[in-house]
This record gives sequence, C-alpha cells and structure tokens, in this order.
Amino acid sequence: MAETAVATKRPKVIVCDGNEAAAWGVSLANVDMVAVYPITPQSSLVEYLAKFVADGRLDAEIVDAEGEHSVLSVLQGGALAGARTYTATCGPGLAFMFEPYLRQPGLRLPMVMSIVTRDTLTPQSVWGGHQDAMSVREVGWIQIYCETVQEVLDTVIMAYRVAEHHDVMLPVNVCHDGNYLSYGAARVELPEQADVNVFLGERNVNWHAALDPSRPMGVDPLTGGAGGPGPKMFVKYRKGHCRGMQNALKVIEEVHEDWARLIGHRFAPLIESYAMEGAKFALVTIGSMTGAAKDAIDEARARGVPVGLVKIKTYRPFPAQAVVQALGSMQAVGVVDRSVSFGWDCGPVFQDVTAALGRAAARVPAMSFIGGLAGADLTTDHFARVIARVAQLAQEKTPGATVWLNETD
Amino acid sequence: MYEVRIHGRGGQGAVMMGGMLAAAVVQDGNYVVAVPSFGFERRGAPVASFLRFDDKEIRQMTNIYRPDCLICIDPTVAKSVNIFDGLKVGGVLVQATAKPLAALTLPETVGTVGLCDAVSLAQKIFKRSITNTLMLGAFARTTGKVSMEALRAAIEDSDFRDAGLTQNLEALDAGFRETTVHVIERSAAA
Repeated sequence: MAETAVATKRPKVIVCDGNEAAAWGVSLANVDMVAVYPITPQSSLVEYLAKFVADGRLDAEIVDAEGEHSVLSVLQGGALAGARTYTATCGPGLAFMFEPYLRQPGLRLPMVMSIVTRDTLTPQSVWGGHQDAMSVREVGWIQIYCETVQEVLDTVIMAYRVAEHHDVMLPVNVCHDGNYLSYGAARVELPEQADVNVFLGERNVNWHAALDPSRPMGVDPLTGGAGGPGPKMFVKYRKGHCRGMQNALKVIEEVHEDWARLIGHRFAPLIESYAMEGAKFALVTIGSMTGAAKDAIDEARARGVPVGLVKIKTYRPFPAQAVVQALGSMQAVGVVDRSVSFGWDCGPVFQDVTAALGRAAARVPAMSFIGGLAGADLTTDHFARVIARVAQLAQEKTPGATVWLNETD
Repeated sequence: MYEVRIHGRGGQGAVMMGGMLAAAVVQDGNYVVAVPSFGFERRGAPVASFLRFDDKEIRQMTNIYRPDCLICIDPTVAKSVNIFDGLKVGGVLVQATAKPLAALTLPETVGTVGLCDAVSLAQKIFKRSITNTLMLGAFARTTGKVSMEALRAAIEDSDFRDAGLTQNLEALDAGFRETTVHVIERSAAA
C-alpha cells in the first residue's frame, strides 16, 4: 500500500564520495546512455555507474568505448537519436576527447559531462587541480563548479534541466575537484526518485535535430566561407550559441530555485556571497577550497576583520553582473585559483573577475593567489594568509605579483 | 569537531576503514568528512586517511594536520613516518602492536593509548594481517566516540559477503574486547 507523503518525511542518508554522488545523480536523472573510459581520478565514478546498471538500479545503455574520442562521438549519436546522455572524464582523457568536445556545443546537443578536475601534464602528475577544465573554458560548454559532495549529486541532476531547456540547448560540464571531492566522503541526503521525476518533467531531450527516418534532415552541413549564404549562416549559428550561453544564466537561477522548492536543498546558482554584509574587502573562491575559506573567514570575522567571500559556482557563462554587484564597492579583492592562466601570469578566475570589474569601470585593487595545484592542499592556514595580504592591499592599494600559496609548503 | 588520522600500509584497508568509520559516525547522528591521502600507493607503502566528525555540518574538505586521535593499524609504520606529527596535547593513540605500553616510545602529546595486538588476532581470524576492522573495534573501545551498533551496521553495508562479512564482524568484536586502554599520567614538572 502506498504511503501518503508527509511534509516531515526523513531523507535517506548515505555516506559517499563525490564520484559516487555524481553516479547517484546520473541514476536519479534517468539517463538513457552512458559511455565510459576510466581515468584517474574519475575511474570510480564510471565503475559506480557500471555497478548501478548491473544492479538494475539504472536502466541505461553503457558503452565501454576504446577511448575518450569515441566516448563523446558515440554519445553524440545517442543524443541525436533522442537519448539523455552522460559521461565523465578529466585531464589527459579530456584532451583526447577534444575534437568531438569542440563540436558538441555547436551541434546544440544537450548533455551532462562531469569533469573530475585534474591538473594537466606536464610536470607528470595524477592529482587534482582545475587546469583541465580551465583549459576548455572558452569552447562553449556551460561550466559549473561544485563545493560539496551533496552539491555534486544535486548539480548533476539540475544540469540536465539547464542543458535541455529550450532557451539553452547546450552541454554542461559539472566540475568536481579531483581527490578532495572525488574521493572525499561526506554525509549525503538522497533525493526521492519521485521528486526528481517531477523536477525533471516530461522528457523532451531532442526536438530540434534528430536521426529520425520519418523526418530526414541534414545535421551540421558545411557553412561559412566568404560568399553566398555562408557568412550570414555562420554568424547566425555563433550568435545563437552566445545567446544560449547568456540565457543559461537566468535558467540556472530558475532551476536552482525549483530544486530548492521541490527537494529542499538550496544552493547558490551563479555566485554565493558569504559574510559579505559589512565586508570592506573580499576573497573569491571556486570549488571545494571554499569550505576551508569560509572557516578562515569566520575566524577573521571573530577577530573583527571586515572580510567576506564570493564563491563562483557558474563559471561559464561568467556571471559578470552578479560579480560586479557583489564586489564593485570593495576596497580590495583577492582571487584564489586552483589553476594557471599562462598568458596572464595569474589565475583564470582572477582574469575574469578583474575583466568584469574593469568593464563596469569599478576600480577595485585586486590580487591573484594560486594554490592547490596537482593535489596540494588549501587549508584554513593558507586562507588566513590570503586574508592578511588582501587586508594589506585594502590599506595600501598597490597590488603585488601573483602569490603561489603552496610555494613554501 | 573531532579529527582522526589513520596510518597504515597499502593493502591493510586504511582508506576503506575511513569509509566505514565515516558511515558509522553518521549512523550515530553526526556529520562527517573523510578524505584519503592520494597517490599510487603500493602494497606495503605507508598510507594515511583523514576523518573529521561533528554534530554540525563540516565545511573543510582538507587533510588533517592537528588530529585529536591517531589510529595506527600497522605495528611498524611509525618507523617510516612520524605518525605523531601535529597531534594535539592530550591526544589519543590507538595502536596495533604486540608490545606492552612500557616498550613504546611516545611523545609528550599523547594522553591516552589503546593497544591491540591486531596482527596476531588477524592471523587467527583471516589467516592474513588485515587489521582495519579489528582497529575499528579498538578505536570504539579507546575513545567511546562511536557505537559498536553503528560500526556493525557499517561493516554489514560494506562490500563484504558471506564468510568475509562474518570474519569482519568477528574482528570488530575481537578488536573491542582485546584492546587495553591506558591513561598516561604526566607530572606537571615533567
């Protein structure tokens, strides 16, 4: 006999790491097709998915492909046939996937792919860092970075609503930090399948382009060039892609609001402002480092230091307006990156934050801090150093060179 | 917040032990974060695993540098790494060893010691020196920070099956039963 749902129902609680959490998200999202090629630190994620399929928990086709290039190519075929698709990769795997990866957003094929972030070669390393995901930040995928294990699970599901939204129609990378989130375990509340079904609504994954014999069409025909309809067509596609990215900002907010209403878990959709009330200067963080940073902020606040924090969750499209609103009146800003922008000798998030502030003509002294590369830890002690340096910047207004936080660890 | 660092050698199940302990403390109503140390650990190489729990949500996803408690599931790993690094004053050591307390060299920071001859017990139960579930029992006995009911449930929910499950439940009980707990008196003048 079915029980009547009551408002006080207790959630099912499990303890799992970020890779298993992502697999739970995929399972709850009723994904039709998964293609896999294991790579550290993503391997256990696709192993969990294989187990879920073997156990009958997830009714999906699994393709064990011969490499990441095939993984994404196979999924593009699945998506064109109307399937909800998923994969996960990182580091060298993402590099090997790059050709179909470039093509995916231009095809306007919605899908969700986890990047279990890993620093790039070389120097040789197998550990976490954002360098892989940051290296593909301008390819036209939506990129969302998670802070906690719970957020990994919930965001994988939410990402399908974003990707498949008719105003967006773009693939989404849900990024979670290799090592600290991929293997870090925490208490997680599992959403009810029935609630997730209501949240995702009726499946309408593919309506614009389909491998369907009853309505034949050419997909991705040759366009561009310098004559005929080519230039106009090409611009139309590019502009449409940019418009989809900008539409995603609003859709991501709506989807997070719906998730909070239906599931009861509330996450900041674009940026999270923490202890920003009364703050005179601020830190900017991204990913799992944020937890330790918040603890360091609390400690500094308790000593009367007027510091706040802004966490970037949605990185592509960049939520420039929200960032300017949060940081535009600060006396100083310190941005902590887990990767490097080689072209600018700073962190990529720093580059984005200063670009947003600059375009809004907000003159805020800012400094770049880089840490947590290749598995290095970012602790409350590191963030205490960042806070002290940004406090000094607020006084002196003269930004120094990029600070490498693990240089003397 | 209570912070635990587990030391062992590759193949003894230190990381899996962290996972089971995490599940158990959550079953007891706590929040938890468990982070293993990472790398291409080989069988026999020193490994560590970190776990913190609290009655409120934990935000730090980091390694642990100032633990309240050390669980050392291997009798000899302390010769290879300084397991006592950063231990809080009055901290707890739960050690797998056949030696008596007097034969151990302990720093001033250690306040409580739980000793369990886990290798001998493991040889009897598993015919191999796998000490992780034994040392879960030893941790429960020494600190009282986790219930045996929750640890049993965590082991039952793990991937152990049939004889393996029975052996590990037996090991948990043996670890609890066969652990001696010593509070070290330190004179103020020392």
